[in-house]
Amino acid sequence: MAFVIPKETYSGKVYPVTIGTGDNAVTFGGENVLPFNGFEGSTPNKPVIAYEIQDIPPSDWPENVKKPFEAVSGDPVKWAKHCQDTLGARAIALRLTGTHPDRENLSAGDAAKTVKDVLSAISVPLIILGSNHAEKDSQVLVACAEAAKEKNCVIGKAQEANYKTIVAAAMANNHKLIAMSELDINLSKQLNILITQMGFDKERLITDPMSSALGYGLEYTYSVMERIRLAALAQNDATMQPPMVADVGMYVWKIKETQALEADLPMWGDLAKRGVLWEASTAASLLISGAELLIMRHPEAVQAVEKFISEMS
Amino acid sequence: MALTGVEIFKLLPKTNCKKCGHPTCLAFAMKLAQRQASLDACPDVSEDAKKLLGEASAPPVRPITFGAGDKAVKLGEETVLFRHEKKFVNPCAFAVEIKDTSREADVLKTIEDVLGSEIDRVGQKLRVDAILISNASGDPKALESVSRLVSEKAAGVPVIISTTDAGAAVSALGYFKDKRPVLFGANANNIESMAKAAGSFKAILGVTANGLDELISLTEKAKSLGTEDLVVDPGARKAGGIIEQNTIIRRAAIKKNFKSLGYPVITFAQRDDNMLESLIAVAGVAKYSSIIVLSSVTKWKSLALFTLRQNIYTDPQVPMQVEQKIYKIGEPTPESPLMITTNFSLTYFIVSGEVENSRVPSRLAVMDCEGLSVLTAWAAGKFTASKIAQFIKEAGIENEVSHRELIIPGYVAILSGAIEDKLEGWKVTVGPREANAIPAFLKSK
Repeated sequence: MAFVIPKETYSGKVYPVTIGTGDNAVTFGGENVLPFNGFEGSTPNKPVIAYEIQDIPPSDWPENVKKPFEAVSGDPVKWAKHCQDTLGARAIALRLTGTHPDRENLSAGDAAKTVKDVLSAISVPLIILGSNHAEKDSQVLVACAEAAKEKNCVIGKAQEANYKTIVAAAMANNHKLIAMSELDINLSKQLNILITQMGFDKERLITDPMSSALGYGLEYTYSVMERIRLAALAQNDATMQPPMVADVGMYVWKIKETQALEADLPMWGDLAKRGVLWEASTAASLLISGAELLIMRHPEAVQAVEKFISEMS
Repeated sequence: MALTGVEIFKLLPKTNCKKCGHPTCLAFAMKLAQRQASLDACPDVSEDAKKLLGEASAPPVRPITFGAGDKAVKLGEETVLFRHEKKFVNPCAFAVEIKDTSREADVLKTIEDVLGSEIDRVGQKLRVDAILISNASGDPKALESVSRLVSEKAAGVPVIISTTDAGAAVSALGYFKDKRPVLFGANANNIESMAKAAGSFKAILGVTANGLDELISLTEKAKSLGTEDLVVDPGARKAGGIIEQNTIIRRAAIKKNFKSLGYPVITFAQRDDNMLESLIAVAGVAKYSSIIVLSSVTKWKSLALFTLRQNIYTDPQVPMQVEQKIYKIGEPTPESPLMITTNFSLTYFIVSGEVENSRVPSRLAVMDCEGLSVLTAWAAGKFTASKIAQFIKEAGIENEVSHRELIIPGYVAILSGAIEDKLEGWKVTVGPREANAIPAFLKSK
């Protein structure tokens, strides 16, 4: 019998989201099929990888991912320019780690200044991330959203505990917004609903279902992402149609596999390669499960994933 | 299409004899429908019913045992497209290619790498499962000599013989009699002779095509020749094509019960660039490959791929658990803090990660709560004051630490008094509710 390819036609579609301004603005999302299933629908935009940088030197990053940025990571402006000009970053994610009360406890004003300085040095889109301290983030991100007014940045992350002030700030200053909840499709849906009920346009949202590293809960993120994407496409659930971000680097570069020396664990092989592959394979898995925006650290891991993406389309 | 429980029930003896171990025939039928029981358990089922049920319950992706003995791997038998629906059944096998143009020393080195590839991760033994010997030379003698070497030095490791020359295949397969090897390389030109060669050695036939239409005509041809144990290569070598073809094959098998594509898929991921090769393999692991061929055994590559395979093939309905014990983080002294949590793997990974981040050497007591998280375990009565007290007493921790202070998760603060009542001489301290507050908590102690 003649074989007819069993194609799926979905009623829903992922919103395309554009970040940044001018010639260097980038768009991700917009597809009406599951990841890399371009044979049955349209995938107008490739996934985007943003390089992660920090407002303070990365003293808590392991040696192997600190080293590529050694010469520039003392200054967020230099670091950002290096990623843009030398590494060819399409976007930059500035994490304001230094504002965390347990770290340098930098003020909202300090953070806003860093954001301004970085923005004036780069032309690619900027993603502005808090330190994941719900209370402090709501002050810091409000100040930063204002400092970055009209630059069409991404502000993140709004969580259940602090979304109101952050949503208001992103809305007032025309930014996109990351909504993060913890590894549960229902929590994710609920947060997106709460945010849109405040009047925030759902087509400006990015969902973060919470990442995890290969070997450390990756299967949870993987399946939550697949379920969110299926809800968006097959059930045409508008609350699940924003594109998704996978914040890969910060989860990968704190686990044992990216730090243990080969001398201590000879079965694990070369540490430098192992760390890079851990980040790249976590990222590739999450692209396959539905992420459109990746936040990554190691230049070699980014390059490997870029090659992988170009083989996909 | 698979039958429902009620449809199966109609074909059973309906005697409720309990010989199958289930209370009623209906209960047994329901288990059969969920593929959690085997029809063999019923001693009284009629031959007709057996035949009907056998056909209907044949898995959409044909089950195949590759290799023989301890190291044999099961392929196929998959029932779903997405892992959240139901557990993926048979984890993909990793095979490493040895070309018959390689020098003997290199062949021996690769064999040694395969044999030494096994590692233990979260209680599972993981390894490079198989060797693919490819007839890159085109010379039957070269294929035969590497085959002999592999059969001697890697006895028991499942083998794939890759050649398009049926004559060469026969002499190579001779070294793997009764070992259930794969003979890979059947195409439109040679399928008859290849099927015959595979058949005479009870080998699995690997068919290779340029696209799905050709693949279907080849599997149908093989079936008509009486060869039904197949693995299939639809031809794609790039990541995008692999995901596309694998998705269509799995979908056709599962959703349309299209038998001509209901076979395990073999994916060739070999690249000069080891990093890219790994990512191609990632695509295969996530999206439906049953055998993935790699160019080398490299420890860091193996570790990442083994871990991903384990992640993708875990049962989504059974929480991953870690072993109940007192874990040492850093190098704790008798004075170091002692914390307790449950054995849900995600809880353990997050809590232990944050304790590591704090750089405060500590002990983390992980209690068996059947893989539930803290609040769920508490609500289910598995993380209670008396059970915690019993665990602490029996763990022998009192000989390891000089203090008597136990830190409990903030979410179960309510238990602190009751634990102190049951654990004489101990002080209970309430820790943070969320793991990310652990570093600050430990540093301030």
